[in-house]
Amino acid sequence: MTTILPILPEILLLALGILVLVLDPFWKEENRRLNLGWLTAGGLFLILGISLVIARPGAQPVLVFGGMLRDDWLGFVFKMFFLFGAAITSLFLMDVEGAGRRAESFLLLISATLGMNLMASAADLVMLYLAIETTSIPLYILAGFLTGDDKSTESGFKYMLFGALTSAFLLYGFSLLYGFTGQTSLYALSASFPTFSLLALGIVFLVLVGLSFKISFFPFHFWAPDVYEGAPTPVAGFLSTASKAAGFAVVLRLFVAVFPSLAANWSMILAILAALTMTVGNLIALTQKNIKRMLAYSSIAHAGYAMIGIVAFSQLGAASTVFYLIAYILTNLAAFGIVTAFGRVAGSDDMKAYYGLSRRAPGLALMMLVAFLSLAGMPPFGGFVGKVFVFTAAIQQGWIWLAVVGILNSIVGVYYYMTVLKYVYLYRMEGEAEEKHPVPRSKPYAIALTVLTVGILVIGIVFAPWFNLANSTALSLF
Amino acid sequence: MDFLLGHLLTLILFFPILAALVILFLPSDDVKVIRWTALIASIVPFALAVLVWTRFDTSATGFQFVEQYPWYEAIHSTFHVGVDGLSLTMVLLTTLLTPISILASFTIKDRVKAYMILFLMLETGMLGVFLALDLLIFFVFWEIGLVPMYFLINQWGSEKGERTLWKGVKMQARNYASLKFLIYTMAGSLGLLLAIQMLGVLFQTYDLPSLYERWNALQGTLLGLPVTTVKAIAFWAFVVAFAIKVPVWPFHTWLPDAHTEAPTAGSMILAGVLLKLGAYGFLRLVLPFYPAEAQRFAGALAFLAVMAIVFGAFASYGQTDFKRLVAYSSVNHMGFVLLGIAAAAKVGLNNQDVALNLSKNIALNGAVLQMFNHGLSAAGMFFLVGVIYERTHTRNLNDLGGLFPLVPVYGGILIFTSMASLGLPGLNGFISEFMVVRGAWPILSVYTAIAMLGLLFTGAYILKGIKQVLHGPMNEHWAQGEHRLTEINTREIIVMAPLIALILVIGVYPAWILEVINKAILMLF
Amino acid sequence: MQFPILSVIVFTPMAAALLILLINSERKNEIRVTALAAATFALILSLWVYFTYDKAIGGYQFLEKYNWMPMLGISLHLGVDGMSAPLVLLTGVVMFTGVLISWGIDDRPREFFAFLFILASGVFGVFISLDLFMLFFFYEIAVFPMYLLIAIWGWVKTREYAAMKLTLYLFIGSVVSLVGALVMYWTSGLHTFDMLALEKAAFPLAFQKIWFPFVFFGFAVLGGIFPFHNWSPDGHVAAPTAVSMFHAGVLMKLGAFAALRVGIMLLPEGAKLWAPLIMGLALVNIVYGAFIAMVQTDFKYIIGFSSVSHMGLVMMGFSTMTPIGMTGAGLQMFSHGVMTALFFAAVGMVYDRAHTRDIPKLGGMVKPLPLVAIAFIIGGLVSMGMPGLSGFMAEFPIFMGIWQVRPIVAIIAAVSIVITAAYIMLAIRRVFFGAMPVEFEGHIGPIGVQDKVALVFLCIIMISLGVFPSLMFPWVQAGVQHLMILLGGA
Repeated sequence: MTTILPILPEILLLALGILVLVLDPFWKEENRRLNLGWLTAGGLFLILGISLVIARPGAQPVLVFGGMLRDDWLGFVFKMFFLFGAAITSLFLMDVEGAGRRAESFLLLISATLGMNLMASAADLVMLYLAIETTSIPLYILAGFLTGDDKSTESGFKYMLFGALTSAFLLYGFSLLYGFTGQTSLYALSASFPTFSLLALGIVFLVLVGLSFKISFFPFHFWAPDVYEGAPTPVAGFLSTASKAAGFAVVLRLFVAVFPSLAANWSMILAILAALTMTVGNLIALTQKNIKRMLAYSSIAHAGYAMIGIVAFSQLGAASTVFYLIAYILTNLAAFGIVTAFGRVAGSDDMKAYYGLSRRAPGLALMMLVAFLSLAGMPPFGGFVGKVFVFTAAIQQGWIWLAVVGILNSIVGVYYYMTVLKYVYLYRMEGEAEEKHPVPRSKPYAIALTVLTVGILVIGIVFAPWFNLANSTALSLF
Repeated sequence: MDFLLGHLLTLILFFPILAALVILFLPSDDVKVIRWTALIASIVPFALAVLVWTRFDTSATGFQFVEQYPWYEAIHSTFHVGVDGLSLTMVLLTTLLTPISILASFTIKDRVKAYMILFLMLETGMLGVFLALDLLIFFVFWEIGLVPMYFLINQWGSEKGERTLWKGVKMQARNYASLKFLIYTMAGSLGLLLAIQMLGVLFQTYDLPSLYERWNALQGTLLGLPVTTVKAIAFWAFVVAFAIKVPVWPFHTWLPDAHTEAPTAGSMILAGVLLKLGAYGFLRLVLPFYPAEAQRFAGALAFLAVMAIVFGAFASYGQTDFKRLVAYSSVNHMGFVLLGIAAAAKVGLNNQDVALNLSKNIALNGAVLQMFNHGLSAAGMFFLVGVIYERTHTRNLNDLGGLFPLVPVYGGILIFTSMASLGLPGLNGFISEFMVVRGAWPILSVYTAIAMLGLLFTGAYILKGIKQVLHGPMNEHWAQGEHRLTEINTREIIVMAPLIALILVIGVYPAWILEVINKAILMLF
Repeated sequence: MQFPILSVIVFTPMAAALLILLINSERKNEIRVTALAAATFALILSLWVYFTYDKAIGGYQFLEKYNWMPMLGISLHLGVDGMSAPLVLLTGVVMFTGVLISWGIDDRPREFFAFLFILASGVFGVFISLDLFMLFFFYEIAVFPMYLLIAIWGWVKTREYAAMKLTLYLFIGSVVSLVGALVMYWTSGLHTFDMLALEKAAFPLAFQKIWFPFVFFGFAVLGGIFPFHNWSPDGHVAAPTAVSMFHAGVLMKLGAFAALRVGIMLLPEGAKLWAPLIMGLALVNIVYGAFIAMVQTDFKYIIGFSSVSHMGLVMMGFSTMTPIGMTGAGLQMFSHGVMTALFFAAVGMVYDRAHTRDIPKLGGMVKPLPLVAIAFIIGGLVSMGMPGLSGFMAEFPIFMGIWQVRPIVAIIAAVSIVITAAYIMLAIRRVFFGAMPVEFEGHIGPIGVQDKVALVFLCIIMISLGVFPSLMFPWVQAGVQHLMILLGGA
């Protein structure tokens, strides 16, 4: 029995997926949305709970299933957050026209989550690649799910094309890796990985291309705005959080476990790329008029911030990256959730539609305040703590210039986040008719957003336990 | 009773402020109650001051009725008060003139409450300067006296009149006068402030008695400069501040405007007491702290004093505005005070020459007495100007004339007071001016001689003033109809009475006050 | 177990904010009353802390320490010393009077008071934080509510611009300090953010020389030091009255205080090296601020620049590195805080009624608003350093401190006193006295009882301190003593 515990979440996910598929035809059309959504969300939370209780990894990481997976805290923590993110997303997905009533969308969501879980704990090149594809393909479809909407179709298509291209690079890198070391197991690889040579660097580069796509890192970030804008908003949220985090999990594992010998080189490359990512993301976000695009560029920038922790090749650095991602998942999900909730009422994602939101829906506006300030890095929200820790790690290792770049970028970020809040709180609607246009709340949104908002605050104020969690993932890396 | 006797000076000092607080809570409409409360409240410090006078030990040296309480320990400043003959005289003057001025203010009808409160605050400010034995306390009260006077001139000063500033910008005369007064005096006290700070920093104390000893014992270098240089700079800082207040030519230009535009009682106090603050500063601080510098620059001081005497007299003579005439006469009279001080400075502290020392003492005594006397006569003169202004609403001498038959009592009082101002023997002015001249002659002969010229013109302007108001062809305008002049009334006579009495008494029998003054002078120098 | 009074002081406003957010936004009076109750409570607590602080013992008292994240050495460590106790009191006072003055806000008072209280929590937190991480935490909390408060309830013409400028400036300043602080954390090798421990860490001189400016000037931006003062006048003017009171009255002290706590106390050698530069910049603040104030025609801008000038005095006091200068700076923070709160309250009252702040257009306000006039005059006298009021008590020791270091600077700075007198007196005369322009006749209503209470309360504080300086200087002295030990060490 103990041998399946490491993949208990995945097994349960599979069961849930089948359940959804099977039950779907039995429900009437009008009930479907509710039932599907609650089933998925409830099921995911249940899986989360069960796994937390029984499927925790031991003190020492263990390679299981013939070395395909590694049962360690890194994988576990990320898995839990993927489950959480998927659950929240399914709550948001319920009210999306065209997707909320179809079992396929929920099934795809569950499949993607399954893939991500595998990504996080993969310890073998083949497994890794499989997992990445298992994650990506459902997501391609989900992005283009709204077949009637041109933008959605474009989004799905673009995503697929780029994804396919970059995963080809990734595969090529993996095959070279295998070719030169004769191993597919990640942990065995690192022993025989050649020390510095142009070839080794080339492999790193290829792998990096594939992974940069996943985490929307410069210079492979430019799919993100179009894809996020076109995809159904909850899907965009999911993409920007869980999918990105999964990518980071792989980066962490690969770069810290497999390529440490080249740390001196790739850390400089990553540092420069991170700086560029942050800068490009922030600067272009300044000019956006569409809130989803702005959030897309902001997500790109956040990938840059998170990377700083990895650049600071240390336990604190890895821990701070994980913590950052935790805070980021909550925050970005909240941000996209609010955009979903409001977008379906306003019918538009233009920032102008948000004028006077604070008078139409004060509660929603407050949550937006919390989410955006957390994105900006203001206390007492999780984003602040995440940023401080990441910068601390950088400074500890001497990457002061990088920390400064990060800080400067935060300042730019403050500007555009505050601008949106300005629209929400200061500006008035056309004709100042806010009272006549309230924003109706639906139960799933209310629950999801409340959970997220409280989470952002909790992580921002009582951050010790969460950091300890992140630290244990870092420990298991080295 | 013990408490009273033990804290006499503090009571005298703070009673006016407490009275002001009480008045704050009186209803603004009940003007009569406010006026009488203020009047009675201002008589209390006077009574206490007389008490102090009677109990003052003329044979003892040093300060009496001393009180010292901790106040601002962080900068080593304590609340230290005490009197000697010099300050007691001034305290008496202040506490005497305040009730008189308040009585004179009974004709003020606009915002009486605020007026009285400001007046009482002013009294505390002035008393504080005279009673202070701590430099910081001295400065605090020095500044406190400025703001009430600013508002008194500003709000209750003469309504007519405009001054044109640069670029044709016009400003009401009283606003101009009050602002000039404030800024001039504050600018002057800036130097004082800086010098006091320096002293405080150097000696870690502001206590006057101890500073007297230690400052003079200072040798060597200070702040990178030789002590003498630093002392010279500080000397001039002190001098400028006090010179503005006295006022000494050429720092006197604020005075004619301020005096002229101020309300009657304001002018009385301004000329009667505020100017003495400056002279007091010279005596209390400049001479004891800087005997050597004072001696060195005595000639310059004497020069300025003489300029004040002479130019003040000339300017006075040329005025057509009665009040302005009296204002310049203040410059003229205060010049004598400074002349006496300059003479004393010239002789210096440790001069062995007996005759010179005698002259020095006489000069100083004369100066202090002149302060007291001028206080009385100037207050009186301004009041009398006010009396005629109330009735005629003009101060222009050309509009008046030949009023004696209409207002004989007023005329008599005016002549009497003018004679005191002129220095008629038998009245107080003569005594003090004579002493100053007698004292200064052996020491600063040339300057004294020139000052005599001024004295001549003093007579000229006084007589001119009287002539234009009282004598000559009567201006029919004031003789009949609605403009018919009314005689001076009882209240006004009561205002003048104490002044007249004192003027006469001092003129005939000055010993009672000179004794007290003399003791102080001897102790100080 | 001692009552955790400091935690209660910090979290009361936050809790009150949450409470207020839950009230229905239509029930405006309940919102206001709740706010006032919370503010009064905080004021009472801060008075309690102030008066029960034992000056004889000195040092940090009312200590509370909760481990927050032992791995990095972060703890919620709270305590007051002689320098921060008056500032805690100041915050309580300004919060209390600010709520009173804001009684009339009719547009979404719920959000207004909620944000104001979040700001207050942040401010309290910085003053009593003895952990560097937590200090930053609270410092940042104090930044973003300002943006919303100014942008939403501020003066329509410039509020967006001023709010953004202010937020960006302050944020930049704080992150500059953050970098410095993080570097300090790692270099100390003590693996803790606890400031009491960091005080004892002897940072090498070369390190201090480079990093002191980061830390000091980063915070001093909020203190309004030249040339980073530019956000202040615009921010002051654009903000609604209570926010201006908070801004100039407390927030700028936050910057100066943090510069003291983190910069001077933790990097004393660096402070001594850089003191002359700080003195020079502060001198520019004092004189330049005064001159610029003189040419303003907007009533509120005069006060804004006057604040820049007076904060210069605080910085000047710090830069003297002498006990007496530091004492003066500590006193000046409190005295100026109260005075400027009073100024802005008075200006706000005039503006609410006349709807203009243009001095040439105003006049004769003393008749309908006598208390406002008197309060403003008292404030003006404090600003001039008139003896007998708190301003003199504060400025005098600062000057004494300057004398000990560089007399010529004292002389130049003293010039500003006369300039201040000039512009204040002129402003008073033009706005309150003289003839009232015809358009205002009959339109200037009287002030309400809340306004009166606020004004009188502030005046009493300024007068009491002026007459009885012993009400505050022993506290500040106790704080300075500790400071001098840190500075005096090798």
